Amino acid sequence: MSITKEKIHEILLRATEIREHILEMTCRAKSGHPGGSMSMSDIISTLYFYWLKINPKDPSWEDRDYFVLAKGHAAPALYATLAMKGYFPLEQLKTLRQLGSDLQGHPDKHSLSGVEMSTGSLGQGLSVMVGMALALKHDQKTNRVYGLLGDGECQEGQVWEAAMAAAHFHLDNLCIFIDKNGLQIDGATKDVMNIDPLTDKFTSFGWAVFTIDGHNIHEIVSTLEQADRVMDKPVAIIADTVKGKGITFMEHQVCYHGAPITDEQLVKAKAELHVTKGTYL
Amino acid sequence: MTSVAPRDYYGKALVELGKVDPNVFVLDADLSSSTKTGLFAKAFPNRFFNAGIAEQNCIGMAAGLANMGKTVFASSFAMFISGRAWEQIRNTVAYTKLNVKVVATHAGVTVGEDGGTHQAIEDLAIMRPIPSLNVLVPADAIEAAQMVHVMAAEYGPFYLRMSRGASPLVFEGTDYQFKLGKSEVIRQGGDVTIVACGIMVDIALRAAQTLQKQKINVRVINLSSIKPIDEAVLIAAARETGAIVTAEEHSVIGGMGSAVAEVIVKNAPVPMEMLGVEGVFGESGKPDELLEKHHLTVEGLIAKVNLVLARK
Ligand SMILES: Cc1ncc(C[n+]2csc(CCOP(=O)(O)OP(=O)(O)O)c2C)c(N)n1
Ligand SMILES: [Mg+2]
Repeated sequence: MSITKEKIHEILLRATEIREHILEMTCRAKSGHPGGSMSMSDIISTLYFYWLKINPKDPSWEDRDYFVLAKGHAAPALYATLAMKGYFPLEQLKTLRQLGSDLQGHPDKHSLSGVEMSTGSLGQGLSVMVGMALALKHDQKTNRVYGLLGDGECQEGQVWEAAMAAAHFHLDNLCIFIDKNGLQIDGATKDVMNIDPLTDKFTSFGWAVFTIDGHNIHEIVSTLEQADRVMDKPVAIIADTVKGKGITFMEHQVCYHGAPITDEQLVKAKAELHVTKGTYL
Repeated sequence: MTSVAPRDYYGKALVELGKVDPNVFVLDADLSSSTKTGLFAKAFPNRFFNAGIAEQNCIGMAAGLANMGKTVFASSFAMFISGRAWEQIRNTVAYTKLNVKVVATHAGVTVGEDGGTHQAIEDLAIMRPIPSLNVLVPADAIEAAQMVHVMAAEYGPFYLRMSRGASPLVFEGTDYQFKLGKSEVIRQGGDVTIVACGIMVDIALRAAQTLQKQKINVRVINLSSIKPIDEAVLIAAARETGAIVTAEEHSVIGGMGSAVAEVIVKNAPVPMEMLGVEGVFGESGKPDELLEKHHLTVEGLIAKVNLVLARK
């Protein structure tokens, strides 16, 4: 693995900034989904600040990699990342979920530069990724499709229809993360509707499967490198994560799935993030 | 007037029903905290099943339970239960005439900040044409609770939709009782009729009060039984007032207004105007801002009344 320690620190630093934006945006909007946005922050930071072939100055660059956020409710994580990459001004993050804002409650590709697909209805994103990967293959292009699904989202039947299709069409240009934070709205995923053993499921559907710690940048990067070398099969990276990751009082809590923290809590949360940041500098 | 979210009384009514009827089962799809079926889940954990984020399977399992003689309520957001599971509702529930009550919450633009992907403004249009399926929209929480008991007593498939937020209790302190297929004139008037459903009923009553000051006597009908529809009350309104305005938190295409028009054009054609969402998707914003934007307000309704009166 060629990534330097400095680069890893930068990715972690960016992830911390993403988390700060998520908390501020949802707090200001007085609605939105911080928990599942924070569990995926390290993954999206690695993708956008290290891995993806993209060009924010030319968002529709033909040879770019594509990223589809299947669990569209985690839009704050995507918006923060896109703004930090320069797709639109950071200032705009303040308008999240307001009437007339380009930052809709769930990502709308027609209102915001850098959003590759409109999502929000769970379970449909993977099918779209399959279609995009099919198109790239057909056009003999080497850019790749990356995506991220929720673990609760995997309860949707369509996910498995898409999983079957991706393997059937040998889509080795498709690589997805499952944000396995173990929680959904009504409780723990294992209590509401158990999806395990997820690794065995994807394997039996014909995918190459990796299981990683979704907050370990080293593991994320080395797995992306391995995924690149997989031939003939789509890749699923099952990332064990913590919902609300980064803020002690939010971690593993169902209540922050779809509710922001208060202004007072924000002060505490930011203090904690600043301590975290310090350790990377 | 007190304001209550209909889903709050829906959840409570389910619990009341569960106490007297051991045959009642409830299903949800990972939204039981929002739809308030969670209250039933807590009271009767053995008669509640969570499908997880799997609306199609939720309806399929509801059909299976109903096929074994159970009375089943299945809930989620209107967008996902009516949209994702439409064909399961059509073929497996309605075609088979099973005793499943699909109860949808968070319908319409008042979903608010979640935005267009979550705002069902088409559900009435896709549910109405399904044969054997009854379609209901309560005007307030009180009527929502009554409908729970009526649906339980009446064998067969139902679709009931309600909005997310708290809305005024239109029937507070009255002896109103919902009856399937009956729609009540809740305000008498001879100049024009407003036919409303859901949150628009309260707005219609307020518009009628304002218009009264201009000596315009508005009749208001609460069309909570969208299907079966009360033809008699609509035909009488057309004949006696000569003009109709419909008001709904739904697309003007295929919704309650269309249902009224289907009756009126055939039986007693009079000028009609429809207030609703005009062929656009929803978007993020505060519920009140969105109602304003789509003119689903007292002022918006009065404007439609003036339009229809000019055509009378
Ligand atoms: C089809 C559909 N059904 C229901 C919902 C409502 N909903 C939004 S988020 C969510 C839970 C998602 O859980 P998970 O996929 O585990 O996401 P995460 O924990 O990462 O937030 C649900 C049920 C939806 N958006 N789409
Ligand atoms: Mg989850």
